[in-house]
Amino acid sequence: MARLKVEGLQFYYGITQILRDIGFTLEAGQVMSIVGPSGGGKTTLLRLCAGLLDVSEGRIDQGFSRTAFVFQDARLLPWKTALENIMLPLGRGDKEAREKAQALALRFGLEEGDWVKYPKDLSGGMRQRVSFARALITQPQMLFLDEPFSALDIGLKEELQRYVLEANRACGMSVLCITHDIMEAVKLSDTIMLLKSDPGEIVGTYTFDAPKDARDYAYVFEQTHALLRTPLVRETFDIKVSL
Amino acid sequence: MKFWTKILKDFPWFLWSGWGSIASICLFLALWDVGNQYYGDLILPSPYAVFASMGALFREAAFLHELLLTMKRGLLGTGVAVLIGSVLGLLAGRFATASVMSRPIVTILVGIPPIAWIVLAMIWFGLGDMTVMFTVIVAAFPIVFVGALQGSRTVENDLKEMMESFGIGFWQKVRDLYFPYLFSYLFPAWVSALGMGWKIVIMAELLSSSDGIGASLAVARSHLDTPLALALVSTMVGVLLCVEYIILEPIKQEVESWRA
Repeated sequence: MARLKVEGLQFYYGITQILRDIGFTLEAGQVMSIVGPSGGGKTTLLRLCAGLLDVSEGRIDQGFSRTAFVFQDARLLPWKTALENIMLPLGRGDKEAREKAQALALRFGLEEGDWVKYPKDLSGGMRQRVSFARALITQPQMLFLDEPFSALDIGLKEELQRYVLEANRACGMSVLCITHDIMEAVKLSDTIMLLKSDPGEIVGTYTFDAPKDARDYAYVFEQTHALLRTPLVRETFDIKVSL
Repeated sequence: MKFWTKILKDFPWFLWSGWGSIASICLFLALWDVGNQYYGDLILPSPYAVFASMGALFREAAFLHELLLTMKRGLLGTGVAVLIGSVLGLLAGRFATASVMSRPIVTILVGIPPIAWIVLAMIWFGLGDMTVMFTVIVAAFPIVFVGALQGSRTVENDLKEMMESFGIGFWQKVRDLYFPYLFSYLFPAWVSALGMGWKIVIMAELLSSSDGIGASLAVARSHLDTPLALALVSTMVGVLLCVEYIILEPIKQEVESWRA
């Protein structure tokens, strides 16, 4: 069984320590979120896991063969149309690739008129739809999410989250998601890891057993509320107001 | 392939959009004619006389030969400048030290007037082809070099990282990221280099060569043949307009349709 295993990971920018002694295992089919304050090394950790940064100390065993990444900003190629951007990871433009991209585009709420538009003519939400479709076109075994929902309105946010959970359930796609939004993490994850900053260190792990597609608002609010009351979470996020 | 058919398909539409330019050219001709009526034929021959002289020129095989010679020199010189400038500029952009070091050199190259290069080239290479082409190359090179340098300095790391996150290979990166991005910097630089090269080639020929359009211009001057001189100038402008609007502009519009 493929998995992502991180052991004794340390990371420095110059002499500043960004990550200290990080260790966790993400099994196939699991959704894991790393939650922490902004600037706490979350993105660095995700990049290391995705192989976009080189590991200098510690080990990362990334056993999934097909991975995909969704960034906070859509990062579309401006000289390619929406459909061509979706096809990008396939590396070819034949009929089969095109049909696959079209089917996916439709599922992600992109209508035929939008397919030929360049990113400059798409709204921010549309661009993020394209970005998700691009990530899922290779049917990845592992999806890295770098706060991709943070700039979206609630309707679109929930729609895109539903697609991610669908792919997780139907194809057993594993997800590693970083976010500063505890509610989002509670909604999506089997496991939440709390990452404190300066330097980044995992200070708590929480698991949620309720089936992910059965989590309603009541469940999410209740669990988030409970989390926000723990002293560890309050300290990590430097929350001063009382609940 | 699809790209070229699109250019061809849009071409009639592109021509139709040229009415505004045609109107402004007609206005310019009208003003020219007013100038002729005011100053007389010796100082400023009428457009009709000039075009008649141009017509006569184009019927002469010798003139066509000169025109081709000048075009050959201009294109060869610009071509060499485009090639060397693009390659060196892209390379220099890859390394911080090289781009910092090359900047003052480029400033010096841009600062030396082409006329100074012509004098130097005449000393180095004597009169003839080499002097003309050398001058074109040194004048056009910095333009291309700076464009290429800026392009390769600014390739977006975000997009590069995105492509790496999908494990996209080097050749697809070249095709889908580097080429379109760099082309959007290189192409305008090539166009300006061509414009520059075309002006310089005439000047260099006028001063240092016994053939080509520039040399014919020198002859027209010594004979005080104003209609001929203006016919030659109009021919030069016409060639540049044709190349720019009929060949380069449609390509540019297609290449940059994602920008606008």
